[in-house]
Parts: sequence; C-alpha cells; structure tokens
Amino acid sequence: MSAHSEHAVHHPGLQHQFDNMEQQREAGAIGMWAFLVQEVMFFGGLFMAYLLYRSKYPMAFAAGSNHLDVVMGAVNTVVLIVSSLTMALAVYYSQLGNRKALCGFIVLTMIFGSVFLGVKAIEYNDKFQHNLIPFEIGGLQFKWNEMQWHEAKNRGEKIPAEVEAYLKQHEAHGAADSADVAHTEEGAHHLDKNYKLPIYSNGKDGDKELIEKHATATEKELYFKDPTIWGKKVQLFYWIYFAMTGLHALHMIVGLGIMAWLLWTAWKGRYGPEYHSPVEISGLYWHFVDIVWIFLFPLLYLLGRHFGAH
Amino acid sequence: MSEHIVQKPTYFAIFGVLIVGTVLTYIFALVDLDRIFTGANTLVALTIAFAKATCVVLWFMHVKYSSRLIGLFVVSSILWLIILFAFTMSDYLTRR
Repeated sequence: MSAHSEHAVHHPGLQHQFDNMEQQREAGAIGMWAFLVQEVMFFGGLFMAYLLYRSKYPMAFAAGSNHLDVVMGAVNTVVLIVSSLTMALAVYYSQLGNRKALCGFIVLTMIFGSVFLGVKAIEYNDKFQHNLIPFEIGGLQFKWNEMQWHEAKNRGEKIPAEVEAYLKQHEAHGAADSADVAHTEEGAHHLDKNYKLPIYSNGKDGDKELIEKHATATEKELYFKDPTIWGKKVQLFYWIYFAMTGLHALHMIVGLGIMAWLLWTAWKGRYGPEYHSPVEISGLYWHFVDIVWIFLFPLLYLLGRHFGAH
Repeated sequence: MSEHIVQKPTYFAIFGVLIVGTVLTYIFALVDLDRIFTGANTLVALTIAFAKATCVVLWFMHVKYSSRLIGLFVVSSILWLIILFAFTMSDYLTRR
C-alpha cells in the first residue's frame, strides 16, 4: 500500500504487480512499443527485398509503378492520415473521460480504415483485370508485353500486323490450358524479340533513351536481348507490390478488429482519465500502420513518374 | 495524474503538416530531380516520408511527451533496420 495514497482502495484497473497506475501505464506503452519494434523488422524484410530488386532493376520497377493508380494511392494516403487524426482525438477524449466522443471517434477511425480497404480492393481488382498479377492464378498469367500492346491499341496507335494477329488469336483466351501455354509463351517470346514496346504508361517514344540513361547494365542487356525476362522483372515488382500492400492490408484488418473490441469496451464505460491505456496503445498500433503506408506510397506508386517531365 | 494531454490545435496542426507533406511528395515526384544527381527524386521522397513519420511518432504517438526509455525503443527499431539494409546490401553490392 503506498503511504502517500489518499484512497483506501486503489483504482480497480491497477494490476497487483504494479505500484501505481503511472507505472502500469508506462509498462503497457513499453510493451506495445516492443511489439512495434518487432513489426518494423517484420515489414523491414519486405522493404529489404524492395531495396535490393529496385537497385537491380530500376526501370522494370518504374514501368510497373507507372501502372499503379497514383490517384487511388494518394487518396488512400490522405484517408489514413485522417484516420490517424481521428484516432489521436479518440485518445484525447479518453484522457478527458468523454465516453460519447471517444466512441464517436473510434467509429470514425473504423470508417476511414474501411474506406482504405475498399479502395485497395478496387485497386487489386483492377490489377487482376489487366493480368498484372504476381503469379498464375486460376489460369490467369502475367502478361506484361501483351497488355502493353492492348493499351497502345486502345490509345489508337498503329500496331504491327503480326502483333495484331497475335492479339486477336489470344483475345478469346482468358484462362490458358497447358497446351496453350507453351504456344502462348513461344508466341509472346517471338513478339518480345521482334517488336519493341513503349514501356511507360505515357506511351512516349524515347523509352529506349530512358533505358540507355537510367537502367543498370544487367537491365539494359535484358531489355534489348531478352525482353521476356525483362518483363519478368516487372512481374517481380508486382510480387513486391502485392506482398507489401497485402501484408499492410492484413494489418489494417487486424486493426479494425482491435477497434471493434475497443469500441465495445469504451461503450461499456471502462475508460476514464485514470485508466485508458488500451485506447492509448491501440492508438500506437494504428499510427504504426499509418507510418508503414506513409513509406509505401512514395516507394511503390511514385517511381519514374518524372520521366517525360522537364 | 502526470500524463501530458496534447491539445486539439496541436493535433490539427500536425494533421496539416502531414497533408502538406503528402502533396509535396506527389508534386516532387512529377518533377525530374534526377538531373541534379541520380537518386535525387528518391532522396526527396524518403526525406519527406521520414519527416511525416517523425511527426506521427512524436505527436500522434505521444513520444515527445514520453519517457526516454520509450524514445530508446523507437530509435532502436531504426537501428536494427539499418543493420538489416546495410549488411544485406553490402553482400549484394560486393558480388562479382
């Protein structure tokens, strides 16, 4: 029993191993920070993969990045920043003991988190529609060059007759069966070797110059001598994109679960000025997820956007 | 209670900084800074991202008003990340 305490009984939330609420609060925060340090290393592994393969194939990564919807990425960034604000305000109101405001801001945080996931779902679906997938799913294959030709056609550009014939032949094929795959790969390889494509979404000429100027030596060789393999490096970008944003989205889903629990306990009146640690440390988790996205957005969405700019 | 309560104007100010940072990142990404030196665009993007993350950590996560021990945990996470990046890249960059 602390000698300076004015109360006969300590706060009901005080666990027996702690001297006082202040120490308990600090210990709780440190525990959550220890977890977040581990999470930094968890994501750090994927950031390491990104760092390595981007340094090896910068132009393939830029090409892949150009096909991500930067508007949706930017919207998601703003949505998460707003959700961080509402989360911070939820903590603020828990410190003041305002139950209604606390619950209101938790709900707002959950709404913005859900909006984020909704936009991500739209983005993922869009990638699947364009066959920009990390690996073969349900017969769908990653088709970088073929997709590029389709886009050139849609832009109204004139494309070589042989390419036109190839595209028509494969138009009906959504899924590829095993006999078809070999033929498709052969055909695609033939296309890649003989017809050079605009690789950046602005479809400008001068892509060769960009490659000459910015690509690494390995990449240059791949691009000019074995473009199918170069296309595979673009697929590598999409691997990393789906892995990183997928892991991040998983963390968001868990975050929403935590918020639901927090909302329930907050509504029941468990938190007040003396005890609101769970709100505080749930906030720490949420802010961490926001910070990961703050790094993901420029690294994934904004590569090579300055090509063609002056 | 010794806990410091961050006031709402501070939260809104940090929010403003974060939004401005996002806009700046986007604008700078469209400008060719690689003329100055290769990797300038990336450096600028990472600097802005780091500044934004610092704002979130110090004010939204209350680290500015927390004990030095918590500050140590925050800094150590970056330290281990740097070890991961530095040693792995030194392997790949020194391969023939």
